[in-house]
Amino acid sequence: MSASQEKRDYSLTGPEGGKARERGLVAAEWYASPIPRKRMKELMKRKDGPAIRDTILWIVLLAGAGVLAYFSWGTLWAVPAFLVYGILYTSPGDSRWHECGHGTAFKTPWMNEVVYQFASFLVLRPATPWRWSHARHHTDTYVVGRDPEIHQPRPPVWRVIIIQFAHLVGGPKDIKRMFMHAFGVVGKEERDFIPESEFRKSFRESRVYLLIFACVIAACFYTGSILPAMFVVLPSFYGAGLMVIFGMIQHLGLHEDVLDHRLNSRTVYMNPVFRFLYWNMNYHIEHHMFPMVPYHALPALHEEIKADCPRPNRSTWEAFREVIHALLKQRKDRNYTIQRELPPTAQPYQYGPKPIIAEAPGEQPTTS
Amino acid sequence: MADWVAACAADDIEEEDVIRFDHEGRSFAIYRSEDSDYYATDGFCTHERVHLADGLVMGAVIECPKHNGRFDYTSGKAKKTPACVDLRTYPVKVEAGTVYIQVD
Ligand code: FES
Repeated sequence: MSASQEKRDYSLTGPEGGKARERGLVAAEWYASPIPRKRMKELMKRKDGPAIRDTILWIVLLAGAGVLAYFSWGTLWAVPAFLVYGILYTSPGDSRWHECGHGTAFKTPWMNEVVYQFASFLVLRPATPWRWSHARHHTDTYVVGRDPEIHQPRPPVWRVIIIQFAHLVGGPKDIKRMFMHAFGVVGKEERDFIPESEFRKSFRESRVYLLIFACVIAACFYTGSILPAMFVVLPSFYGAGLMVIFGMIQHLGLHEDVLDHRLNSRTVYMNPVFRFLYWNMNYHIEHHMFPMVPYHALPALHEEIKADCPRPNRSTWEAFREVIHALLKQRKDRNYTIQRELPPTAQPYQYGPKPIIAEAPGEQPTTS
Repeated sequence: MADWVAACAADDIEEEDVIRFDHEGRSFAIYRSEDSDYYATDGFCTHERVHLADGLVMGAVIECPKHNGRFDYTSGKAKKTPACVDLRTYPVKVEAGTVYIQVD
């Protein structure tokens, strides 16, 4: 086996983080498509309206599915009813967690925070640790040894991929983290991206999560049925499938260790239902390149930069097939990476750090 | 003794906006509020080395373009994580249509 086929250590505490730093990949300057400042300001503009409308719609749909699921309990209809409830609980839970974490969904900060806390619990992600983990994901997207949110190593671990469709990897890991934080214990890996000043906040949040778990368990005992847990906590497992598919198509099969989101992220055209559930995160290159653009402006941002980006995938299914094909290839060849051509109108890809331009006497060194 | 340095023309900055100003190896962000008051802070976010001039000004707040950390640019106070450390601010004056900042 050649050296380049050697397995790498994807942990944040191994040697890869140091190597990435030596290569200039840590907290580096990433490629950004040129957009005039005036247009950028229009795209970044915050609004409350779209997110309030979408949140009300989400809650109404979730409650409606919940009522159907409740009345179907004990019949075969419970299977599709709870599946719909689980998907409406988990997929928007994930996307609302994400957008409100960035603080861009609503204009009003407290609305972002309330929905962020609520959605974090739905998808069982401890709110504060995940806020910091996601900040790192944006700093060092798919840089091995730095990004805690790399979905799969190379070669991929199929057992993990399969059981994660029922959230059986991330779920137990985060529940364990909640217990640890509730008792004031922070893991070594987490210390790499959560500042100590945030620990107490996380401890408090985890204690609240455990209290909710205790209430749900007590309700199950009291009613002599698993039904209460089918509405709270368990949906994040049985309803996780679509969320996992959305997560897999964001970056898998594309490049690692580059400084251009056009190389490591995927924009996928989706139908309006998926776009509502996913809050336009299918425009993933756009989101990573300009995280301050709110979800409702991502389609317009896409139009603005598409001449500078590879062709988007035409559907969720097409993107998912592409990912599975790449993962299968990576079983034998860990370096297998999907190559996507840029249109002739695009700037070339930026694989690594920009070269330093020689400085004129008395000037600061700059990058091109 | 701190010097007053001419940073830009007052109308180089749109209302509720920010521009970058580099001076002697240092970088600053110069803000113009909705009411056309002017402010200056260090140019780079205190979380990571990302310039705030690419961010979004909303009222008295500047949002960092990288992780959406927020600062009150009038006081430098960090308002939203991952920005936790306050920004340094600098005195500003406008004379004859030119914005000056006092740097040490
Ligand atoms: S670089 Fe400014 S918030 Fe992270």
